[in-house]
Amino acid sequence: MLRYLIPLVLFLVLAVFLAIGLTRDPHELKSVLINKPGPAFRLPQLKAADKMISNEDMRGKVWLLNVWASWCVACREEHPWLIKYAESGVVPIYGLNYKDRREDALAWLEDLGDPYTVSAVDLDGRVAIDYGVYGAPETYVIDQSGMIRLKHVGPITPDVWSKEILPVVQELNRQGK
Amino acid sequence: MNKLNGMNKSGRVACRRGWKGGGKPLFLTCSLVMLICLCAPFVNAQVQEEEVPSDDPVIEARLANLSKELRCLQCQNQTLADSPAGLAADLRREIRVQMKAGKSDQEIIAFLTQRYGDFILYKPRVTYTTYLLWFGPFILLLGGLYLLFHFIKQRRDSFVEKPLSADERRRAEELLASIPGKETT
Repeated sequence: MLRYLIPLVLFLVLAVFLAIGLTRDPHELKSVLINKPGPAFRLPQLKAADKMISNEDMRGKVWLLNVWASWCVACREEHPWLIKYAESGVVPIYGLNYKDRREDALAWLEDLGDPYTVSAVDLDGRVAIDYGVYGAPETYVIDQSGMIRLKHVGPITPDVWSKEILPVVQELNRQGK
Repeated sequence: MNKLNGMNKSGRVACRRGWKGGGKPLFLTCSLVMLICLCAPFVNAQVQEEEVPSDDPVIEARLANLSKELRCLQCQNQTLADSPAGLAADLRREIRVQMKAGKSDQEIIAFLTQRYGDFILYKPRVTYTTYLLWFGPFILLLGGLYLLFHFIKQRRDSFVEKPLSADERRRAEELLASIPGKETT
């Protein structure tokens, strides 16, 4: 009896592990920057190239940093939602325009609308390296003291917004008051 | 100086893979991909600075060595050395800059893992989360050896030497005697 039971148990254990493996997305990597200070940056603004924007400018408030580009297909998918959530005024969204041509980026915002309070231009992707960006779109929730509290890789959908991002933003806003 | 690529580059890689397999549907897929590649210049593309190798051969040799041990996070089964992805080129450029600034390989690895985590290392670190990964195979090997010895021993023990009875001995001698050219005692 035992000699038939042991292979069966081994098979079931293996099957369970493989089944769990199937449900996980290997492209979703946990950021090591969670609960660490957001890397400092000082970059030119997209719409006003002569002006700069720094992460220090947002100190004291909860904000989102959304990594986007006009060449990024999935960014197009999340764009209407970003506009909707920016209009709701819950949290300001700042853009990090990642390795994009200025004219392409400006045309994109012109065509599809601009959800960003300000977009910073990261032409060579150097700031993105500091943030551990490996595929646009990526979104960071950064708190009043400049700490990264959440990172979402991939497009923001209503599901992601209501289940992941909004609860963290609301909790941080509540704590900050 | 800026070179446009990204989309067309990955397309080309996909084609090369397809040819190996051959077959008509693959040919069609490849043709389609080629067509998309041709259209790529009309689509918004990633701004990618051209990769300039360092004029210092020592730095290039160190980079070649180090980037073999690092994972490209965009196409996760390729090393930083092999990957055509834009991010991989950016990271190689950053490594060159840091090497030129006199950073050691260890410092550069620390720089990268602080941003991308241990996942960027192709050779996982030995920590409590990777003990099973590192030592699991040896545990399995030891377990297998134990089972092997156990079964061999069990089998050997199952053979019991029994002396021949007088009747059996007589039959054996008869059989041996029947072999031509053989003397029996």
